[in-house]
Amino acid sequence: MCTVCGCGDAATLDRGFHFHADGTIHANHHHHHGPDLHFGLGAAGVSVPGMSQARLIEVETAILSKNDQLAAVNRARLAVLRTLAVNLVSSPGSGKTTLLCRTVGELQGVPLAVIEGDQQTANDAERIRATGAPAVQVNTGKGCHLDAEMVARAMDALAPRTGSLLFIENVGNLVCPAGFDLGEDAKVAVLSVTEGEDKPLKYPDMFTAARLALLNKIDLAPYCDVDLDLYEANLRRVNPGIEIIRLSARTGEGFGAWTGWLRAQLLAKALAA
Amino acid sequence: MHEMSLCEGIRSIVEEQARAHAVARVTRVRLEIGRFAGVEKQALSFAWDIVMRGTPAEGAELVMLDVPGQALCFDCGREVDIEERLSPCPLCGGGKLVPTGGQEMRIKDLEVI
Repeated sequence: MCTVCGCGDAATLDRGFHFHADGTIHANHHHHHGPDLHFGLGAAGVSVPGMSQARLIEVETAILSKNDQLAAVNRARLAVLRTLAVNLVSSPGSGKTTLLCRTVGELQGVPLAVIEGDQQTANDAERIRATGAPAVQVNTGKGCHLDAEMVARAMDALAPRTGSLLFIENVGNLVCPAGFDLGEDAKVAVLSVTEGEDKPLKYPDMFTAARLALLNKIDLAPYCDVDLDLYEANLRRVNPGIEIIRLSARTGEGFGAWTGWLRAQLLAKALAA
Repeated sequence: MHEMSLCEGIRSIVEEQARAHAVARVTRVRLEIGRFAGVEKQALSFAWDIVMRGTPAEGAELVMLDVPGQALCFDCGREVDIEERLSPCPLCGGGKLVPTGGQEMRIKDLEVI
């Protein structure tokens, strides 16, 4: 734990600073291991003196409007850079990081960077960096999802190149990340065959929000008594427009379709700018 | 889902409004919560008292107004009201429905003194 402000694990508090949910930046009180960001929980409360009689103030504001505004800023920034941001969402253990490591390997020559979101540890960013790609770990503390501000700060740290690919690996969670726009171009849901065919029905919001679903670990399908067509039918039930690619991050099967999809999106982004 | 974060979002909007309108105290906050917004009302109420502590809305009543769920049926192409996210289309019985309404999470108004 950081002994100065009481948040998190010192091993992940890198770069000499970390950020809190209330916007506080804690600097210069810890070690330097790598370009990782740490978000803890902050408390703020301001009471404003004043006086008036009882009345009603019309607010009509979305609760997540602040996040949405920051996401719009991220989106504008990515548009200027012609950088394609892909928000990878899934349950923990679906194989997102393994998938990313292989994707980095197969996309040699394409400039890319990775933002890794987890509650704790810098393990995933270290795995990505081992492939040679720049990565920044964002630790959310107790947070169950990445938000637009965390991604903005991570982008500051990574400084993505023009015309590059930015992967955002969200916190493994099939619920909350669906509701938080990060400014990404597309959410890509990773669903592994070990999770059960009914996951899209149990967590429809995530699969409704995704443009593409990657049905991962298909090399394990023969051992899991699963029906891949049923996975697809359930995905299409909650999101009739969803694209689906079957692949295995371990064997590389199906990766041509996935990297082809990425290259096509990257080209579309370059042409749209 | 993330009721604590939602409460923190509400807090920052309430504090902004209180500042802008020179409000001493917020006595009631009304939210509009869509049927498909994924908000667990009990969890939101639980987080409410804790998160609002020390703000002008400390002790304020929290009122949650339901917004019905609407969806587009991909089988018959019509927009329909549905009770649950996985309810079939009430017109054609189809099962492929994409929500078009009922996902909102909004602060409607504040009662202040």
